[in-house]
Amino acid sequence: MAQNGNKQVFSPWTDPSAKPLIQFKNVTKKFGEFVAIDDLSIDIFEREFFALLGPSGCGKTTLMRMLAGFETPTTGTILLSGQDISPIPPNKRAVNMMFQSYALFPHLSIWDNIAFGLRREGGSKDAIAARVEDMLRLTRLTKFARRKPHQISGGQRQRVALARSLAKAPKLLLLDEPLGALDKKLRQDTQFELMDIQEKTGTTFVIVTHDQEEAMTVASRVAVMDEGRMIQVDTPDRIYEAPNSVYVADFIGEVNIIQGSASQSGDTVDITFAEGQPTIRGTTDKKFANGEKIAFAIRPEKVSISAEKPDDMENALQGKILDIAYLGNISTYHVELPNGQIIKSQIANTRRISRRIFTWEDTVWVSFTDTAGILLKV
Amino acid sequence: MKRFTLIFIPYIWLAALFLVPFLIVVKISLSDTALAIPPYKPALDLAQGWAGLMAFLGDLDFENFTFLAEDDLYWKAYLSSLKIATISTILTLLIGYPIAYSMTRAAEEWRPTLLMLIILPFWTSFLIRVYSWMGILGQEGLLNQLLLWLHVISEPLKIMNTPTAVYIGIVYTYLPFLVLPIYAALDKLDDNLLEAAEDLGCSRFKAFWLVTIPLSMNGIVAGCFLVFIPALGEFVIPSLLGGSQTLMIGKVLWEEFFSNRDWPVASAVAVILLLILIIPIILFQRNQQKQRESEG
Amino acid sequence: MRRFSWFNATALTLGFAFLYLPMLVLIFYSFNKSKLVTVWAGFSTQWYGELFRNEAFLDAAINTLKVAVISSTIATVLGTMAAYVLIRSGRFAGRTLFSGMIYAPLVMPEVITGLSLLLLFIGIGLDRGILTIVLAHTTFAMCYVSVVVSSRLMTFDRSLEEAALDLGCSAFEAFRLVTLPIIAPAVISGWLLAFTLSLDDLVIASFTAGPSATTLPIKIFSAVRLGVSPEINALSTIMISVVAVGVISASLISKRAAVQQKRDEQAADRAAG
Repeated sequence: MAQNGNKQVFSPWTDPSAKPLIQFKNVTKKFGEFVAIDDLSIDIFEREFFALLGPSGCGKTTLMRMLAGFETPTTGTILLSGQDISPIPPNKRAVNMMFQSYALFPHLSIWDNIAFGLRREGGSKDAIAARVEDMLRLTRLTKFARRKPHQISGGQRQRVALARSLAKAPKLLLLDEPLGALDKKLRQDTQFELMDIQEKTGTTFVIVTHDQEEAMTVASRVAVMDEGRMIQVDTPDRIYEAPNSVYVADFIGEVNIIQGSASQSGDTVDITFAEGQPTIRGTTDKKFANGEKIAFAIRPEKVSISAEKPDDMENALQGKILDIAYLGNISTYHVELPNGQIIKSQIANTRRISRRIFTWEDTVWVSFTDTAGILLKV
Repeated sequence: MKRFTLIFIPYIWLAALFLVPFLIVVKISLSDTALAIPPYKPALDLAQGWAGLMAFLGDLDFENFTFLAEDDLYWKAYLSSLKIATISTILTLLIGYPIAYSMTRAAEEWRPTLLMLIILPFWTSFLIRVYSWMGILGQEGLLNQLLLWLHVISEPLKIMNTPTAVYIGIVYTYLPFLVLPIYAALDKLDDNLLEAAEDLGCSRFKAFWLVTIPLSMNGIVAGCFLVFIPALGEFVIPSLLGGSQTLMIGKVLWEEFFSNRDWPVASAVAVILLLILIIPIILFQRNQQKQRESEG
Repeated sequence: MRRFSWFNATALTLGFAFLYLPMLVLIFYSFNKSKLVTVWAGFSTQWYGELFRNEAFLDAAINTLKVAVISSTIATVLGTMAAYVLIRSGRFAGRTLFSGMIYAPLVMPEVITGLSLLLLFIGIGLDRGILTIVLAHTTFAMCYVSVVVSSRLMTFDRSLEEAALDLGCSAFEAFRLVTLPIIAPAVISGWLLAFTLSLDDLVIASFTAGPSATTLPIKIFSAVRLGVSPEINALSTIMISVVAVGVISASLISKRAAVQQKRDEQAADRAAG
């Protein structure tokens, strides 16, 4: 996405000779009977901005706490630069963490909070002071150095937490819902700031979030997790446009899911989904058995809506408008097909003043090309 | 290793100075009185090893408890302690609840001050607070002088050295213990609940009865136990205000020990007092547990 | 919509009158010239003079302060350790017994605690005196300290300690540099509570004090057993005043700190918005 646009594409995960910074090898973590992480393996590379995305309780926080050293795997190993880190306590790891609550020490000034980790390393006074000043400049906090955490705003506290965890120049920075406590507007600004700082410092970031937009915006790769397993690990555009399962398609963004039975010839598949309805044609590089139950997933913005049946689209279905949601920049139409299936279509409102062409109860055609959707096993 | 030290030090301290002494009390309660130093037998002679221990155990018996059961002084003392503790707890509740309730009605900026005024007596000497009533309740005390002067009474009332003086003393000294938990419970109460009750057709009084009281029940129960439990074993109040005719078990134990020098009987009295206290203590713990759980 | 009714006003007035009048009467009569406590015979401070010339009282007061300072300090260290163990150590062998031993002394009648400790001291042949009172007071006071400190630790944000570990602290450094400064107010109030309990204690001290060392409450008790005494009124007045000044200034300080904190937070939010 955007961060890769202006330079050579950063994708060490496609390079078989690249050495990963972190490797999870068949890691399982149980809390009593509860399996938080289920036989999970993954590689994370240097300079990556890696996002762990999933609903609460999916194991993403446990995964992060194992990296920080607050939890140890029940079985399996975690390697950092090829070294097993399970015997290393959190205070000896070249890994730092930014806590969801920020965990700023309330009795120390901003300056002392940032210097806290450096003082434990025992550098010279001047070196520590220089490093703290650098961090304050990086996070635009120089003015607030002498204040206590309760004397600054939420956004500033977030930056102090970031500065403090970056001060020791860790190999790996863990961010636990770093923007969760900020309001929406501030969150968006801060996302770009985070990316900027990550690029400047060259640190590997692993971020935990339940906010898909946030993950998509900041990350070089996104891992979608559920019930302790990785469902898909891929770049944001691949996660969105080529989800590997109905779960991922449904979790990220809006989607229409149409289930039916497949009949494949070459790379085109015709799906019969309801009696009396035309089949839907899609393309795929996967192989499906004839008559296999499959799901056709298509994003609402790839579905057009028109009064007449279009000639240039491979797929066109007739239905009735059930609901219209006006969201300002876009409008979403809910069209009901004769079999009861609802198809959502999103249309950008590119003109400020225009008469709405369609209204409730209108009979319309929804249409899309054969490459607009994706075919998934169920 | 460090964790071990951290647990070990307070653990050993409490075991040596709380658990062991308590076991000694149980042991002595099973011994016989003797004219010796210490004034009981058998003495455990560990030098004789296993045989000594067996001989020692063989000499222990329940004689003191039989004695307590047969002498009605002790029965009366236990019953009278229970009665005094129960009545004073009810009185404290009747006085304390309106205070706690009214504190939560006061303006926001006044509440910390009111709270401080409730807590302040708690920091002042218990003994002095009990003593302060001696000058008020006596035959020629301030209360009698005032009532005589107002012509409410013609003869001075005898309050000092009666159970009434003990009730007053207990209510006075333990009032803060009851007000604080009730205040805490009432302070958390959402006003909207009362408005909702009135909106659904309750009168103000009915809303109080059906919403406020049940929702402050945890505080009421906690406060009552905080008065009842210490009142049951109280010594200072009955000995300063109760006179010779008020029997309370704490005082009996004291006298048995210091005046009669009968250590085995004093220990037996202590063991039975604890057995009586175990029920309210368990109920109290359960109430606290429930409260913690309901607060998540 | 909270309404402050006449009923509320009356309840508070009567309630606080009940709580404070006896003490005010005591203070008032400590300035009475007459030895007869209930007859007012003019203003005088002679009983204060008598009190300060009474060596037995002064000795007892010094003993009491010694005992209170030493026992509350040891109790604070032990009680804080115990609280930390209770809240942080998870499961260990004998945890139930441990928490039982912390909570039991809080509800144990003082006569039983006193009796049992005395029997222990006699059993091991320890001479009764300052040391035995200190041991006794430390034991029950540490339980109070640990309750105060553990209720603070329960609401303590654990991620602060984790952040300290993450930034390179050892477990002990994390406690010393982060946990302790933040829970310090609770530790200090634990100390004050232990100190007050020790100053105040009559029953346990009576059992554990020997003839060589008495404390102020023991002295007061034996004096007032015989009836009201103007000297004790004077002593009570001094003790009540010290406590009142302490509690009132503590609450003023904490109120001011709370106001300042609120103001700072508002200023920070305004600056951001």
